[in-house]
Amino acid sequence: MESVIQGRACKFGDNINSDIIIPGRYLIYIDAQKLSEHAFEVLGKEYPAKLRNFQILVAGRNFGCGSAREQAATAIQGLGIKAVVACSFARTFYRNAINDGLPIIECSDLYPAVEEGDEIQIDLAASKIQHRGKEYGFPQLPESVRKILELGGLAAYLKAQLALTQG
Amino acid sequence: MLARAVSIMGHTIAEKILAAKSGKSSVAPGEIVEAYPDLVMSHTATWRSVSVMEKVGATKLYDPDRLAVVLDHIAPAKSEKNASDHQACRKFATKFGVTKFYDVDAGIAHLVLMEAGHVAPGDLIVGTDSHCTIYGSLGALGTGIGYTEVASVWITGKLWMKVPESFKVTLNGVFSPGVYSKDLMLHLIGSLGADGASYKSVEFYGAAAGLSVSERMTMTNLAMEMGVKCAFVPPDAHTEEYLRGRLDDPARYKPVRADADAVYEREIGVTLDALEPMVACPHEVQNIKPIGQVEGTRIDQAFLGSCANAKYEDLAVAARILKGRHVHPGVRFIITPGSKNIMLEAAQTGVLQTLLESGGMFTNPGCGACAGDGGVMADGEVCLSTANRNFLGRMGSSKAEIYLSSPATLAASAIKGCIADPREYF
Repeated sequence: MESVIQGRACKFGDNINSDIIIPGRYLIYIDAQKLSEHAFEVLGKEYPAKLRNFQILVAGRNFGCGSAREQAATAIQGLGIKAVVACSFARTFYRNAINDGLPIIECSDLYPAVEEGDEIQIDLAASKIQHRGKEYGFPQLPESVRKILELGGLAAYLKAQLALTQG
Repeated sequence: MLARAVSIMGHTIAEKILAAKSGKSSVAPGEIVEAYPDLVMSHTATWRSVSVMEKVGATKLYDPDRLAVVLDHIAPAKSEKNASDHQACRKFATKFGVTKFYDVDAGIAHLVLMEAGHVAPGDLIVGTDSHCTIYGSLGALGTGIGYTEVASVWITGKLWMKVPESFKVTLNGVFSPGVYSKDLMLHLIGSLGADGASYKSVEFYGAAAGLSVSERMTMTNLAMEMGVKCAFVPPDAHTEEYLRGRLDDPARYKPVRADADAVYEREIGVTLDALEPMVACPHEVQNIKPIGQVEGTRIDQAFLGSCANAKYEDLAVAARILKGRHVHPGVRFIITPGSKNIMLEAAQTGVLQTLLESGGMFTNPGCGACAGDGGVMADGEVCLSTANRNFLGRMGSSKAEIYLSSPATLAASAIKGCIADPREYF
């Protein structure tokens, strides 16, 4: 996983639920590309294509609420989004994002300042966000959890653990 | 000093269960523990976890007896893809000796596992479904995780968990006739908001003790819609009665209760007598209105189903209202019993016949229309549902609208062809 993530931001409001992120009828897929073709499409058919122009998703409170479907995180990654910065996350999405290797950042101060299309730089190692010349801090993930994210997700982490125990 | 203060304070139910499952004498909110769940539930998503196991090259399960697999979403199969996914689940269960395997005929995983006696007070249960919180109706800590994490728990037996802060909700009084725990939960979700109890454990006290296990299931299920990690109705005589003769091992009945001096982040009181029937309006569950403000809203479909409200008691409440009456000709009334056992009981008591005669149609038990399997809505249509989610596009068209209510409100509305107050039938 890259430590510095840079790109343009798309912006969503509060309580973006996992049915909006990826409707239940597509859960027959687990492939990121295939899922991303339908990501956010309930908001408008143009959304999946439009969102490919952004690298960072910025949202309000309770992002990813609702279903525990892991594909919500997978679909976002399939769009080419490298990180989600929200005021807060629903716990199921929070876990799924870490397990899918998608960096999630809790930072409420950034939200009101961002407009869609803005350039944002996130330094995960330093816990800093740069936006319009201003710097924002955010809390680090707990050490044990950060390891999962750094390896690219739980499957990779598990594979490494199994190699250790079996090797 | 802080650590010492914590150790002498009492503990909530979530703290006690997480301490026990992580081999610690006590834990405090905010602490991250490695916990070993008693049960790992996976539904139709099981094939996805199987694919993770293959991807990481794992060949052994930590303990096959801790797995439960129930094929409830999109069941029976609707496409070749579904069919091969189901097939992968069956093959996995056979290969690894998963005895708690329930095929497409059984019903919704949560209800099936509780009916079968696989859920005991004090258990830690994780699963591929956010509404695992329902297990708290029997005093177990249930919470949802994704399919990769399910595979991880299958293999390693454990997962990291953050010990949540707890809320204490005390209920006072009794429900007025026609008002149920669904109305209570919609009221709470409306007041606290979709993230009002985010990451928290919620414990229900007071008049919760007088409510049936079925009502408690609705409460702990719906608690998810205010963001909880888990929710509990402390085990009591009702719990014991429900589990007697049902628990896979009677010795597993070991209620975990909070200490009298347990620390709660927030205490909330609700007076039941003052509650009216409540309705969640499109497209968020927190968009709650009392019945009077939505009465008269036309409906095209009434869906009596889901893990929230398709239990026997729910079907019986609807039947009591619909007995000798007929649903409005403009309404498709779809009944999806929560489980095969519930459908069987409804058949034995005449509830099934009453609902059929009233103009309802039954589908096979399972998640059904709540998860978009059948009962799909067209542009501009309105569904009133007893489920737990009314999100945009969840039941088909993103130009359709979903309202949520209790089974009583649903039955009254199906008769009228529009959202209606059930209290006139009591």
